[in-house]
Amino acid sequence: MTHGVTTAHAQPQSFLRRHVFSVDHKVIGRQYLDLALVAVVTGMVLSWIMRFHLGWPETPVPGLGKLAPTGAAGGVITPEYYLALMTMHGTIMVFFVLTTAPFAGFGNFFLPLHVGAEDMAFPRINMMSFWVTLLAFLVLLSAFFIGDGPPLSGWTAYAPLSAVGKDAGPGQGVGQTLWAVSIAMFCVAQLLGSLNFIATTLDLRTRGMSLARLPFATWAWFITSVIGLIAFAVLMPACILLILDRVAGTSFFIPAGLVISDRLQPHAGGSPLLWQHLFWFFGHPEVYIAILPGFGIVSQILPVFARKPLLGPRVFIVCLIAIAFLSYTVWGHHMFLSGMNPVSATLFSVPTLVITIPATIICLLWIGTLYGARLRFTAAALFALGFVSVFVSGGISGFFLAQPSTDIYLHGTYFVVAHFHFVMGVAAMFGIFAGTYFWFPKMFGRMMNETLGKWHFWLTFIGVYCVFMPMHYLGLAGNVRRYSAFTDDYLQPLIPLHRFITIAALFTGAVQLIFLYNLIRSRLRGPVAPANPWEATTLEWSTSSPPPHDNFGGHPPVVTHGPNEFGGAGPRDYVMQAEPQ
Amino acid sequence: MGKLFAVVVTLIALASATIFALHIWWVPPDISTHGSRIDRQLNETMVVAGVLFVGAQLALAFFVWRFGASATARPIKSFPGGPTPMVVLATVLVGAEILVLTLVGSKVWADVYQTPPAPGALQIEMQAEQFAFYFRYAGADGRFGAMHPELMNDASENFFGLDLANDTTARDDIVVGSLVIPVNQPIVLRMHSKDVNHSFYVPELRIQQDIVPGLVIPLHFTATTPGKYELVCTQLCGLGHYNMRAFVEVKTRSDFDQWLKEKAAAL
Amino acid sequence: MVKKEEGSDRALHRGIGVGGGPPPPPAGTISGKVTYTGTLPKVRPIDMSKEPNCVTQHPTPVTTQDAVTGPGNSVRYVVVYVSAGDQGAPAATDTVHYDQKGCLYIPHVAAMQVHQPLEIFNDDPHSHNIHPLARVNPEWNKSQPKGAPPIRTAWDQPEFIPVKCNVHPWMHGYFAVLATSHFGVTDSTGEFSITGLPAGTYTVTAWHERFGTKSQEVTVGGSETKTANFVLTARPY
Repeated sequence: MTHGVTTAHAQPQSFLRRHVFSVDHKVIGRQYLDLALVAVVTGMVLSWIMRFHLGWPETPVPGLGKLAPTGAAGGVITPEYYLALMTMHGTIMVFFVLTTAPFAGFGNFFLPLHVGAEDMAFPRINMMSFWVTLLAFLVLLSAFFIGDGPPLSGWTAYAPLSAVGKDAGPGQGVGQTLWAVSIAMFCVAQLLGSLNFIATTLDLRTRGMSLARLPFATWAWFITSVIGLIAFAVLMPACILLILDRVAGTSFFIPAGLVISDRLQPHAGGSPLLWQHLFWFFGHPEVYIAILPGFGIVSQILPVFARKPLLGPRVFIVCLIAIAFLSYTVWGHHMFLSGMNPVSATLFSVPTLVITIPATIICLLWIGTLYGARLRFTAAALFALGFVSVFVSGGISGFFLAQPSTDIYLHGTYFVVAHFHFVMGVAAMFGIFAGTYFWFPKMFGRMMNETLGKWHFWLTFIGVYCVFMPMHYLGLAGNVRRYSAFTDDYLQPLIPLHRFITIAALFTGAVQLIFLYNLIRSRLRGPVAPANPWEATTLEWSTSSPPPHDNFGGHPPVVTHGPNEFGGAGPRDYVMQAEPQ
Repeated sequence: MGKLFAVVVTLIALASATIFALHIWWVPPDISTHGSRIDRQLNETMVVAGVLFVGAQLALAFFVWRFGASATARPIKSFPGGPTPMVVLATVLVGAEILVLTLVGSKVWADVYQTPPAPGALQIEMQAEQFAFYFRYAGADGRFGAMHPELMNDASENFFGLDLANDTTARDDIVVGSLVIPVNQPIVLRMHSKDVNHSFYVPELRIQQDIVPGLVIPLHFTATTPGKYELVCTQLCGLGHYNMRAFVEVKTRSDFDQWLKEKAAAL
Repeated sequence: MVKKEEGSDRALHRGIGVGGGPPPPPAGTISGKVTYTGTLPKVRPIDMSKEPNCVTQHPTPVTTQDAVTGPGNSVRYVVVYVSAGDQGAPAATDTVHYDQKGCLYIPHVAAMQVHQPLEIFNDDPHSHNIHPLARVNPEWNKSQPKGAPPIRTAWDQPEFIPVKCNVHPWMHGYFAVLATSHFGVTDSTGEFSITGLPAGTYTVTAWHERFGTKSQEVTVGGSETKTANFVLTARPY
C-alpha cells in the first residue's frame, strides 16, 4: 500500500487562484455544491411551473408571458413549452444535481480528507472537471435562449424524435443539439472525476488506512466512480452518434421511410432501439450513481448520532459492490414494452428483482443499527433517518415495475414517476441534506441553525410524501405520464388529486427557503464550529473546521482504527481513526 | 423528537397503505381475456409490497421511538445475531417472494407476448403518427393494399399512402380513426409508426406496447365487454402527445358487421 | 369587390386597401366562374373521432375539402389572381383572418398579398398547433391553447403554403401568398371577381390544390367588366 505520496503545493495568494481557478479539492467541492444549488433551484422552479400548469392548464402563470412570449403567450403554457420545461427539469436534476452534489460535491471535499491525503491525485484535472461541468451546464441552459427553445424529448431523448432534427417539433432543432453537446461534455468531466477518485482512493491513503478501514462514504464514492467510468463511457459516444445523425446525415438511430412534417426523412438503416439500449445501459447505472453516495453518507451519519457502530460494515460493503455489479445487468427493465424481444424482458427482470436483496439487506442494516442505540436527533440525523423511510417507499414500488407482467399496466404511468421521484428526487435529496447538515461545520467553520434544520426536515418530510405518494394512486388508475394536459375522459376524475399534488409541491418548494436562509445566515453569522462537533471518528474531524489548505497542517495522520468505533463504555464512547494507540 | 418521528412515520405508512388497500384509486374493470392473470399478479405483489412497506416503516418507527436519547445512560446494545439475521431475512424472505413472483409472472407475460394469436383472429392494421391513431380493415378482398409513404395525404384522408389509382387491393380498405372490434373476437393488431416512437395503451384491456419506427409489431388480444374505451399514447412523441388518443369501440357481433357493411358501402 | 365567405364574418378578406382620400381612378373588373371536367376524386367524410369536442360541432359530418364542388360543376377554393401585368397597385393592408373552429381551418384557402397582415385565431375549446409548411418562406409552427391571443404574422415571399395542424392530422388548408393585391377566391358557386384593375393586359391564373393551374390573358379597359372563365381538369386520384 502506497501512502502519503504528497501532492504538496503551497497555498496560492491571488484571489482568483484561491477561490475561482483553484486546484484545491475543497474549493472544487464547494464549487460543485454551489453549481448543484443553482441547478436544483432552477430545476425546482421548472417543476413548480409544470405542476401549476397540470393543475390549472388554462390559467396564465403570472409573469411568464413576458419571460417566454413564444412558449407561453399571455402566460398560458403551450404543450411544447411544457415538454421543454419537463425535459430541462429532468436533465438538470439528474445530471447537475444528483450526480454533482452527492458525488462530485461532497466526494471532492471529503474523499482526500477521509483517506488522509493532502489533495486529490490529479488536482489540475480535478479543476478542469469542474469547469467542464460548469460549461456543460451553461450550454444546456443556453437552449432556453437560442433557436426555438429547449428540446421536448425528455431527459431520455428517445430517437428518432431526438435524432431527425427540427421536423420533429419545436426545440428539436438547435435545442436538441445543444442538449446532446452539453451531456457529452458532462460525460467527459465525470470520466475525469472518476479517474481522480479511483486513483486517490487506491494510491493516496495515509499510513494505517487500509481499504477495510475506509469510511463508508468513501467506499460509496469509490464504487460510484467505478460505475461511472463504464456508464459515462457509453453515454458519451451515444450522444456523439446522436449529434452525427442530426447534423452529419448519418442514420444510427433512424430507419427508412419516416414521414415527419410531411417530409420523407432522408435516412435509412438505423435502429431506434439502439439508442434505448445505449441510453439505458448508462441510465440504469446512473441512478445508482445518484443514490450510492447517499447510502454512504447515511451509513456514515447514522452511527455518529446513534452512538453505536453500523451493523454489519463488511456486509454493507459487499452489498454496495453487488449492487454496482448487478446495475449493469438490468437496463432492459426500462424497455420491457419497447419492442425488443419479449424473452429479453424475462431475462432482465431476474437480476432486477435480485438487486432487491442487497438493497433490502442495507435497509435492514440501517434499521438494525438503531437497535440498542442512544439516538441524538439533530437535523443531520433526522434526514438520515428520513432517508431510510423514503428509500424503502421508493424501492418497494420498484417491485411492480421490475416484473414485466405488472409493468404491462404500469409502464408509462405516474406509478413510474412516483417510483423514481421517491428514490431519486426524495431519497437522494435527503442524502444531500443530511450531508449538508453534517458536514457544513467542517466545510465552513460555522454551525448551521438546528431549529431551522428541524423545521426544514419536518415540513419537507411530510411534504414529499404528500407530493409523491398520491402519484402511485394516479398510476394505478392508468394516468399516463409526460402529458402536458389531461384532456382524456378517463383522466378528468383524477384532476382534483393532481391539484392536491400541485399545492403540496408548491408548499414543499417554499419550505426549501428555510434551508436556503439557513445556509446563507450560517455562512455569515453561524456560531464558530469546533473541530469535532458531532463526536465522530473519521479523519476529517481530526483536523480544524475548516481544514487548513493542506488538510492536516503538514502532519499526515496515522490511522489506527476503523471508522466504526462507537458505543464504548467509559467517559468517551468513541475512538477516532487517527487516535494514538 | 424521536417519538414524533415514530408517530409521523407510522401515520404515513398506515394512511398510504390504507388508501391502496381500499382501492380508492384503482385499475378499471378488466375487459380482456388475459387481464385477470395480470390483476392477480398485481394484487399479490400489492400484498407482498404492503407487508414489506408497512413492516419496514413500523420497524423504523419502533426502533426510533424505543432507542431515542434517554436520561439514564443505557448501555449500547448490538442487534442480536449481528448482521446475519438481516442477510437471512432479506435473502430468504424477500428472495423467495421474488422467485415466486418471477416464475408466475413470467408465465403471465409469456401468455400475452410470447404466444401466437388464436386461429381465426381478425387482422387490423394500425398506424401511429404525430398525433393520432388510424386503423385499417382489409375489406371484402381480405387483403391490405401496399403502403407508399410518398402517397400519404392527410388532407384527403389517405393516411396509409394507398395507391388508389392503380392498386385494386387498396381500394376496398376501410380506414378509420377509431378501433372498432367485435366482442369476444381475437384481434391481431399489426402496428407501425409513420414518424417517431408511440405506444398503444388501453388500461381496461390490460395491454400496452411501444410502436417503433422501422418495425411492424403484432399485438393480439380479445375484448370481453361491449363499450367505448380510450386508447392513449404512452410514449413521448412530441407536442401533441397528450392529445394522442383514439376510441376503442367494442360492439356486439351483429353491430360490428353492420358497421363494417356501412363503411364498405361508403367507400 | 370580393364576395363574402359564407358562414364566418371573420373570414371576410379583401384584396384592396380601404380608407379615406380622393376617389380612386376608374377601374375595371375581371370576373368569372371556375368549373371542372373529368372525374372527381371521392369526397370522404373527415374522421374527427379523437376530438369529440369537434365532432359535436358538426351535426352532419364534414367531408374532405381538397376538392369541393358546387352546382354546375363549379369548383370552390380556387385562387384566381393576376400573375403578370400588374403595374404598381397599392398594397393590400386589410388584415386577413384565419380561424380554427370545429377542427377546421376557416376559410380552407386564405389568399393574401406578401406583407399583408394575417391574424390566426383559435375558437375551439382546446389547443391547436398551426404549422404552415412553407418551403420558400421561413417554416414555423405555433400552439394556441384555449384562450391564447391570436397569432399576428405576415409572409415575405409569394408561395402557396399548405397549412396543417400538428395536433389534428385531418386539418388542412392553404395560405396563397401572392405578389399581387389583385386576387379572389371562388365561392360555393365557383365564382370570383377581381376589381380595381387599371386599364391594361393581364395574365390571370387560376390555382387549385389538386386540379392544378390554368392561365389566360385578359385585357381590361376603363371601367369595364371582363369575363374570364376557367375549366380545370379533375382526376379521381
